[in-house]
Amino acid sequence: MPSAAVEVQDVSKRFRLYHEKYTSLKERVIHAGRVPHEDLWALRDVNFDVNEGETVGILGRNGSGKSTLLKCICGVLQPTSGQVVVRGKLAGLLELGAGFQQELSGRENIYLNGSMLGLSKRDVDRMFDQIVEFAELGQFIDNQVKFYSSGMYVRLGFAVAVNVDPDVLVIDEVLAVGDERFQRKCMERVKQFQRDGRTILFVSHSPDLVRSICDRAVVLSDGAMIGLGSPGEAVRLFRERLLEAGDVLALGVTDAAAPALDATASDAPGALGDGQSAAPFPQSAPGAAAGAGAGAGAGAGAGAVVAASSPYPASGWESRPIRLTDVACLLPAAGERRYLLPGEPLTVRAAYESSQRVSGVVFQVEVRGDDGTELFRTDTETLGFDCEVAAGSGVIEFLLEQVPLLDGAYDVNVGVVTPRGMSDWREPATRFEVMNPGRSTGTVSIPVKVSLVSGALSVRGGDPVAS
Amino acid sequence: MALEAPAQPPGAGTSGGTSVIAPGGSVTSRPKTTRVVSADINVKNRLRDIWRSHELLVYLIRTEIKVKYKNSILGLLWSMVSPALTLAVYTMVFGYFLHNGIPNFVIYLFSGLLLWNFFSTGIVTATSVVVNNAGLVKKVSFPREILALASIGSAGVFFFFQACVMVIFMLILRSPPAWPLLWLVLVAMIPTLVLASGLGILLAAVNVYMRDTQHLVTVIVGSAWFWACPIVYSYQNTVAAHLRAHGLTWLYFLNPLTPLVMTFQRVLYARPDVHSTIAPHPPIQLLPTWPAITYVWGDALVLAFGIVLFYVAMIVFGRLAGNFAEEL
Repeated sequence: MPSAAVEVQDVSKRFRLYHEKYTSLKERVIHAGRVPHEDLWALRDVNFDVNEGETVGILGRNGSGKSTLLKCICGVLQPTSGQVVVRGKLAGLLELGAGFQQELSGRENIYLNGSMLGLSKRDVDRMFDQIVEFAELGQFIDNQVKFYSSGMYVRLGFAVAVNVDPDVLVIDEVLAVGDERFQRKCMERVKQFQRDGRTILFVSHSPDLVRSICDRAVVLSDGAMIGLGSPGEAVRLFRERLLEAGDVLALGVTDAAAPALDATASDAPGALGDGQSAAPFPQSAPGAAAGAGAGAGAGAGAGAVVAASSPYPASGWESRPIRLTDVACLLPAAGERRYLLPGEPLTVRAAYESSQRVSGVVFQVEVRGDDGTELFRTDTETLGFDCEVAAGSGVIEFLLEQVPLLDGAYDVNVGVVTPRGMSDWREPATRFEVMNPGRSTGTVSIPVKVSLVSGALSVRGGDPVAS
Repeated sequence: MALEAPAQPPGAGTSGGTSVIAPGGSVTSRPKTTRVVSADINVKNRLRDIWRSHELLVYLIRTEIKVKYKNSILGLLWSMVSPALTLAVYTMVFGYFLHNGIPNFVIYLFSGLLLWNFFSTGIVTATSVVVNNAGLVKKVSFPREILALASIGSAGVFFFFQACVMVIFMLILRSPPAWPLLWLVLVAMIPTLVLASGLGILLAAVNVYMRDTQHLVTVIVGSAWFWACPIVYSYQNTVAAHLRAHGLTWLYFLNPLTPLVMTFQRVLYARPDVHSTIAPHPPIQLLPTWPAITYVWGDALVLAFGIVLFYVAMIVFGRLAGNFAEEL
């Protein structure tokens, strides 16, 4: 029974935001007792456990409290209430860089950091060469760290954190630095840690990274934990939260009197904006748009002012006039089998409801592997379509003419973006499976022809299917 | 605040029990310490944390000394050279120009200065130590009191070098200490250490929130407090009579450093009453002729005050330390 390596128990953290900061005695005396401030709760009753050997990601928008949480876990900040219990040695890298003393050399800083983690000089002696080698600092190890480049600084910090044999590793955004080769090296080390059964906690802005290496993920929003679950679910929740806040892909508002669908758009697979009468984009009446938006899920008429209580704040809802109602994968031989053969076509059909006439709409489709790797992604804008959507319901189809994938289950994600931002995103919207009758392995199906040019005794048989 | 406690009873060589055997077995099965981060302030736990980090303390003291002499050619030798030069100059000045008739006045002066330098250097550097080490405080968790203690510790190292220089001068000037009272040096050192640590910890925390503190401390330590101690002048010979006349002797001894400095002088200068080297050689009562026990009592009272101050400093530091990272 694995025990918790990190227990975060009802952790809250309040920051005092002073409108003016009085740090000198004179100012303190003058403003004694009435320094204007606002309380900002960076964390509110966050509660979760990280089991031993588990990798947990922390997702959240900027300012959602991710870094504050990591600092509380590392013990750099004290929670205002609640507590964090950490079992074992914790090494952390907070916000691009380790705690180094600028005046000391890299060598001395390694020992300093080691002793802060409770290692004896002998322990550090043992790890020293490994650290220097990992950090790729070579001769610079005896230079003062204030002369280091930012890359060297971060490399050294990471090298120390991963080589001091920690039980719990805490990483804040640091995997985003260094050149690609070093990043890969870091990732390899992180994976090695996972195999060793060490506990890892990390913050990333990259949902892909969370999806690919985490066992579970925590989603923070305005200091509160809004979700804890599988990386897939967490990423979905995170994206949804981004949608509600309407701060993704804000492309700017186009003119209300946008031209109708042009010739290219009408060639698009599926029908765009099947001709219901449409109200003009009600730019001047955001209130009406919000009301209409709230009703759109139930298929309300265009532009109608519906007095429904919206589950979402009006500000976020306004920018979401189009909602996806149903997404499905249509297989070419749906009657016979429920999977795809490598190289077969696949149709992704998405039905949507629009509360109003919207121009400049972009539909996105994305195919991801089981581990979350993005395999393919495109959207109507990239393909050169300029879509205008009428109020009411509609259907769009993407015909992926050839899906050159091998065995596996794949997620299809579909999204709609309007000029005001992401309008809807389904993840995973639907799934499909591919069965490979051939024997080749891998992810991508590449047609192969074999010809032994010389020296062959005989060539017989061969795989009938080109994969 | 961070505190560490072994998850299993200490001394338990058996790392098994509740642990899990993972492939490789090495990571999950080893004994682990538990650390709790919370807003609780418990002086006992904080002291235990500090004790656990004594190796870090030693390293930080080394670091501080290293940083101080970084890029200098003489390096650590400076800590000997600079007091030696100061002493040489004082010998010249008080031997020829400001001749006050007190034989080997420079030894008298330096015996008080030795203790004072340790105390003042310690608390002045400790006051700004948390601010100066913002890079560490914002990124790594460790008992922050260690920083202030390291400042006191490095002042202790310089004290040691100055003491060596002092011994050399005592040999040159043939001014032996009061051998039977030599143990009193230790009696005075302990309260000095406790007092400096307490004050250093307190000021280091306050300075994070009010940066005036460091300037204020420099000014106070550099002037008022220094002259409140009988270092350059003699208590017995200069101020005792005036104080007694106004009934202010108690006020003078409220300065906790006074008994400590006088203990040092009594032991290292060794002669309470001397004859002036200027004709007609009148006797000078330089130090009070108290028995050793009086010095012990004086120093013990300072120690008691120092312990209370230290405790208060730990509580204040504990309250303030939780937000250092956001204030820096």
